[in-house]
Amino acid sequence: MTLTITKIAEDLAAGRCSSREIVDDLLVRIKAHSALNAFISVDEDAARQGAEAADRARRAGAGVLAGVPIAHKDIFCTSGVKTTCGSRMLADFVPPYDATVVEKMKAAGCVMVGKTNMDEFAMGSSNETSFFGPVRNPWDPQRVPGGSSGGSAAAVAARLVPGATGTDTGGSIRQPAALCGITGLKPSYGRVSRYGLIAFASSLDQAGPLAQSAADCAHLLSAMAGFDVRDATSLDVPVPDYAATLGKDLKGLRIGVVKEHFAQGVEPAVLDVLREALREYERQGAVLVDVSLPNSAHAVPCYYVLAPAEASSNLARYDGVRYGFRAAEYKDLEDMYKKTRSEGFGPEVKRRIMIGTYALSAGYYDAYYLKALKLRRLIADDFARAFERCDVLAGPASPSTAFALGAKNTDPVSMYLNDIFTIPVNLAGLPALSMPAGFVGGLPVGMQLIGRYLDEARLLNVAHRFQEVTDWHARVPAGI
Amino acid sequence: MEWETVIGLEVHAQLKTKSKIFSGAPTAYGAAPNTQANVVDAALPGVLPVLNGEAVRMAARLGLAIGATVHKRSVFARKNYFYPDLPKGYQISQYEHPIVEHGRLAITTASGEKIIGITRAHLEEDAGKSLHEDMGGFTGIDLNRAGTPLLEIVSEPDMRSAAEAVAYLKTLHTLVRYLEICDGNMQEGSFRCDANVSVRPLGETRLGTRAELKNINSFRFVERAIEYEVRRQIALLSSGGQVRQETRLYDSARDETRSMRSKEEANDYRYFPDPDLPTLLLTDAFLAEVKDAMPELPDAKRRRFCEQYGLSVYDAGVLTASREMAQYYEDAVKAADVEPKLVANWVTGELAARLNEEGLDIACAKVTAQGLAGLVRRVADGTVSGKMAKDVFEAMWAGEGDADAIIGARGLRQISDDSAIEEVVRQVIAANPKQLAQYRAGEEKVFTFFVGQTMKASRGKANPAKVNEILKRLLAP
Repeated sequence: MTLTITKIAEDLAAGRCSSREIVDDLLVRIKAHSALNAFISVDEDAARQGAEAADRARRAGAGVLAGVPIAHKDIFCTSGVKTTCGSRMLADFVPPYDATVVEKMKAAGCVMVGKTNMDEFAMGSSNETSFFGPVRNPWDPQRVPGGSSGGSAAAVAARLVPGATGTDTGGSIRQPAALCGITGLKPSYGRVSRYGLIAFASSLDQAGPLAQSAADCAHLLSAMAGFDVRDATSLDVPVPDYAATLGKDLKGLRIGVVKEHFAQGVEPAVLDVLREALREYERQGAVLVDVSLPNSAHAVPCYYVLAPAEASSNLARYDGVRYGFRAAEYKDLEDMYKKTRSEGFGPEVKRRIMIGTYALSAGYYDAYYLKALKLRRLIADDFARAFERCDVLAGPASPSTAFALGAKNTDPVSMYLNDIFTIPVNLAGLPALSMPAGFVGGLPVGMQLIGRYLDEARLLNVAHRFQEVTDWHARVPAGI
Repeated sequence: MEWETVIGLEVHAQLKTKSKIFSGAPTAYGAAPNTQANVVDAALPGVLPVLNGEAVRMAARLGLAIGATVHKRSVFARKNYFYPDLPKGYQISQYEHPIVEHGRLAITTASGEKIIGITRAHLEEDAGKSLHEDMGGFTGIDLNRAGTPLLEIVSEPDMRSAAEAVAYLKTLHTLVRYLEICDGNMQEGSFRCDANVSVRPLGETRLGTRAELKNINSFRFVERAIEYEVRRQIALLSSGGQVRQETRLYDSARDETRSMRSKEEANDYRYFPDPDLPTLLLTDAFLAEVKDAMPELPDAKRRRFCEQYGLSVYDAGVLTASREMAQYYEDAVKAADVEPKLVANWVTGELAARLNEEGLDIACAKVTAQGLAGLVRRVADGTVSGKMAKDVFEAMWAGEGDADAIIGARGLRQISDDSAIEEVVRQVIAANPKQLAQYRAGEEKVFTFFVGQTMKASRGKANPAKVNEILKRLLAP
């Protein structure tokens, strides 16, 4: 059972199966692969009821996604359904409202089967910071799936759901998509509403789809994207039908090959895979252009000032006063704050809150926060210059294939460097995706494609044309 | 040594928007706890702020009214601190880039007009309230007020006495109500004031160390708190001590200020631009629209009242103290169609006195502008005397009906008929031959005796002017 969203939609439309049958099948698979720990919660009854409702609606005529089962990263608020953000702080939190993404996908007819595991508050690149335990990579259970949307990536890779939502602040969709051998897209900042998405770093967070193929991501993105009056940073521009724009040939497409991304620090075998993928594009008529993003070298330190600074403020609301975890015993108000936050947050979240608090402190603001803002501008300017000479940029999504569980979680900096190629894109607010480009040692390699602002349609098409002539994205881990 | 007092005021004016500054929840005062707060106000995970355009419009209106720069670009920032009634753990405020800067307000002091500089006015959200009483030892949190829009108006340290500070506050209070951006209710906290107070030797140009006085929620307390604080600082400095930079709380029950926290204990608020809210950009069209909708301001209205109605500066000042009072007066003038000065006398006299006695707002006056006009008309056309009219006014206030009805029912109609008055006058003269002789002998002050007797005989109803005229004629030898 390796059905794609596109195939499921066809089968449902042709009446070859029902949503209920597909959901029943997936629920069995989810149980069978529970060792992956991809889900934090699965509500079987609700999923079945949702599928039945979709089947009834389908008879009355419905959209492409009607009856298609999906999973939401546990960072999206779901009305009446526990939303933990991978944290003890929200382990029992049940929101009274739906995130806009959840609402829109519901309206499109998607059936939610569960909420996927993630790094705590989306802070991590291996899914090891989750309060609910690490997720395992379906290609090798001793390895990490990447993070922070590791549960969504593993669930799609293991064919537990045909598609899932994720969020990407510094690579949290693209890096796990790369490590799990699936396709994941981070849209342009403002393309998808952040309302109901539990904030990590507000100026960088963006929701996007993870699925087996670019075509499937196109369907999901069309449902997710769009202006939302409840999010002042969402963009009031029309949303194209992304799936309908797929299929254009790539003759004359200028692919920028980022010099700095094909350099030291990346596993040589990973680069070989990417070079071969670029040759495929040349065969399709694309032209390779050498480009440079000199300031991207500063992206990781820049990001690790800005993102923690915003996080230190965004996470201040978890104080034990109104909802969520509260320490069992305390002497007074200040003690309640201290114990609640000490016990409710894990070490990585605390580390980032401390870094961010420090960066914003009186006397340090100019040296850290303000300087990082200036760097952010320089990094974005680099991209603008590069896009004067090319249409998309290509490079690795991650410097290596999936690494072993426990390999990096005691060394934060080596963990942070996993996102060296994805972080600059968030800083610049651009759209980018990762797609499977080959394998090294039985583990998938992801290629990152970066686009101009709001150029998601082109990115999806470029990925789709590759997937039409390759089968890396269709490969399934052994035992799945 | 002679000392000079230096005062700057920070006013928090609650804006009269229907909904909150960053959420759609209503702003009604006095509702049951937590019934006026939604998921955004409670800072649930994932919620986002969306700016209320009406609050921006109100801030711009104030900016234009005080001749300030209304910036086309301003930025919302987060002020970070932990407090149970601050749900997000930060307050959204404007910090480096406020919407309004460099304004001025003219106040009237004992020595004439004085201009007070207004440094800035910025938009921000209010916090909730912590409730400590009747909570069984716990602290309750009421988020009804959380997210209510505030305009913080910061003055330059331009005031030199508590009296000037009060004059500034009253002028600003009148202005925000004129602009209809704030209801000005100090008891409900819609108009709150903090005062920065310092003293320095007279002639010194550098500022002394200041104390910030909080919790002063009436004009009287502002005056008393500042006066107390000035005495405290002078006593401290005179005895060789130093003023600490600190926040002090005014205790109205004891009429003193007490240290709340020192500068060293102050929070590091870690301000930074709020990434959830784009830079606020105002267009020329928006500003033009605000300008066009600007009501007549107190100064302009006062000048117009002097010119158009021939009023004294004092009367015009009283009548324009609030927009409602001015409206009442103008409505009455229009309805009465008599000398405007006569109407002004009634509004600033009988009406103001009654309102004051009963502690009522002009909106609650028991005699309407039209009602008062009806009475003043009867005074002007001689139907009732001024003295009788006061009784009629009291009856109107008591709800006995309009002026004509009361005059008719009580038989208060003034006698203006010449022959009727002449009849009474003849009787009075005939009954007082001795006084007649005195008058005719040149004792003119006896004239008032005849007036008094005539009025008494007519039970006050004779038209005094006519009585004078007829007496003069008939008393003449």
